Amino acid sequence: MEVAKLTDVTRIYKIGEVETRALNGISMTIEEAEFTALVGPSGSGKTTLLQLIGCLDKPTAGKIIINNEDATKLNRNQRADLRKGTIGFVFQFFALIPTLTAYENVELPLLLNGKNPTERKGRVMDLLESVDMLSHTHHRPDQLSGGQQQRVAVARALSTNPKIILADEPTANLDTKNGEQIMNIMQKLNQDTHTTFVFATHDPRVIKYAKRVITLEDGVIVGDSTSK
Amino acid sequence: MSKIIIMAFRNLGRNRRRSILSALALSVSLALLIFMSAFNRGQIRSSMETTLNLDSGHIQVRATDYDPDKLSVAWEYLLENPEQAAAQIEALDQVKVATPRLIASGIVSVQDQHSGVKIMGVDPASIANAPFIDGLVEGEFLTADDREGILIGYPLAENLKIGIGDQINLLVNTSAGSVDEQSFTIRGIFSTNSTAYDKAIVLMPIAKAQAFSGADKHASFIFVLLHDRDDAKAVAAALKNPNLQVETWAEMNDILVVMDEFSNAFILILGSIVLGITATVIVNTLIMSVFERTREIGVLTSIGMKGSQIMSLFLVEASFLAAGGIAFGLLVGWALSAYYGMVGIYFGDLGVTGILLGDRIYAYLTLEDTIKLTITALVITLLASIYPALLASRMEPVEALHGKN
Repeated sequence: MEVAKLTDVTRIYKIGEVETRALNGISMTIEEAEFTALVGPSGSGKTTLLQLIGCLDKPTAGKIIINNEDATKLNRNQRADLRKGTIGFVFQFFALIPTLTAYENVELPLLLNGKNPTERKGRVMDLLESVDMLSHTHHRPDQLSGGQQQRVAVARALSTNPKIILADEPTANLDTKNGEQIMNIMQKLNQDTHTTFVFATHDPRVIKYAKRVITLEDGVIVGDSTSK
Repeated sequence: MSKIIIMAFRNLGRNRRRSILSALALSVSLALLIFMSAFNRGQIRSSMETTLNLDSGHIQVRATDYDPDKLSVAWEYLLENPEQAAAQIEALDQVKVATPRLIASGIVSVQDQHSGVKIMGVDPASIANAPFIDGLVEGEFLTADDREGILIGYPLAENLKIGIGDQINLLVNTSAGSVDEQSFTIRGIFSTNSTAYDKAIVLMPIAKAQAFSGADKHASFIFVLLHDRDDAKAVAAALKNPNLQVETWAEMNDILVVMDEFSNAFILILGSIVLGITATVIVNTLIMSVFERTREIGVLTSIGMKGSQIMSLFLVEASFLAAGGIAFGLLVGWALSAYYGMVGIYFGDLGVTGILLGDRIYAYLTLEDTIKLTITALVITLLASIYPALLASRMEPVEALHGKN
């Protein structure tokens, strides 16, 4: 089943009179339960592609279908709704809300989805357990290490049972040990829950985890390989 | 919503000093405005009470041609049979007291010192004399049959260096247009706390004043006090007679009425300016907060928070700031007003003409002023927070995630 389908997607950024073509006619499909890496040098369009799949941005041209819904036809609030229930994000910077505890950070998307307190509590505890953070539920982000913060971020991304999780350089700010731990967690969740993972990276140690590797260069796909 | 409230509350704690200073700016402004308002209200109230109780009363009934500025005691300007008229007026339900008074101009002389005064003849038994009786500093009040006694104000006694039992010479302009002179003994010294008034008036029994000035059985006016001054118009209408002029306190003290209205407008304008400046502090705090949290706003939008929810977050933060600032401001403003309502602020004789002011002004805080200022402060703060909240809610997720404002 297709989770995301992009057809001839182009994204042009205009700064003053200068136009930068970040993506140029990309067409691709992401199937359910994929564990896909978007690779390529800096400026190749990896992050732009993730942002478009994540409905954080709109393409200049082309069509993006997410979970059978045409994201290019949605307004700002409709895209927020689509993100809320369908897409999870893990960012390069440890993007937790600093005023909330680990528990509350994971709970926030569930609150936005209108889940009841009992449902929320069970789900949050399960997720924190799955990323081995149960002992830190009441810690705020500034009381956690980078690796711990990123594990909470993964738990948060998974909280609403999204169809797809998009991770932008999730290990870039982590040391090797923590980076591997995060990748192992994501891989295990992918295998256990069949959640689709797409992560942008240029770290060869991360790429080795991917089942499918899409290579970008200058805004176009130059390679797409799947390992057995 | 509860999470938004928790987040908003905790966000204020991120830069505690800045939040406290912003709330404090609002507190200081509101406290200042509350105190200013109480001070103004106290000044007007004191002036109104002093003027009405001592000078004008709530209603004055005079002969048609009487001119209160000329103080003439010529019979054609005076009321005949004032006791009878006063008794009829006092029979009205709304009237607390009606008493005849005779006002003549004169000069007090003690050795080589002279001072121009108003000579006021009063019915010593009338309760309208309460401000003078209550304000007695020394001696005793007049009695109806006293033909030589006189009451003078404390500042006049000080100026002339005289005391109880001392003799003074008093010159009076008589109804015949001549001048008469007589010696009087000081029976009492009073203070109404209005120096300008107290140094320019002497009191004697009306019978003596009539005999001394040649006014015979006449009076300058009937001094009327009502149970409720708001009834003045109705009572004046009931007393209307072609042979009399009947004036209400508002007509006699138009300057006070204008002052009251002006004072309300002044507080409104001052309040708008002060709270407007405070609002810029709040806007600045919230804008700084928005810019500092740009990336966080990007994260919140990426997990599905809508613009309206982000706007609510900042509006709730502003509400907390406003609530804290207003609560503290109310407390300080109330405390200042209560303190200066008890001890007053001494100004002495301000030399203001046209109105009577006490030497000490007592702050008087009304619930209406407090509510008005509190609501104004709250509304201005919330209005000021709309722009930063909108700014946050309209951020593009992609740009916000990259920390671009």
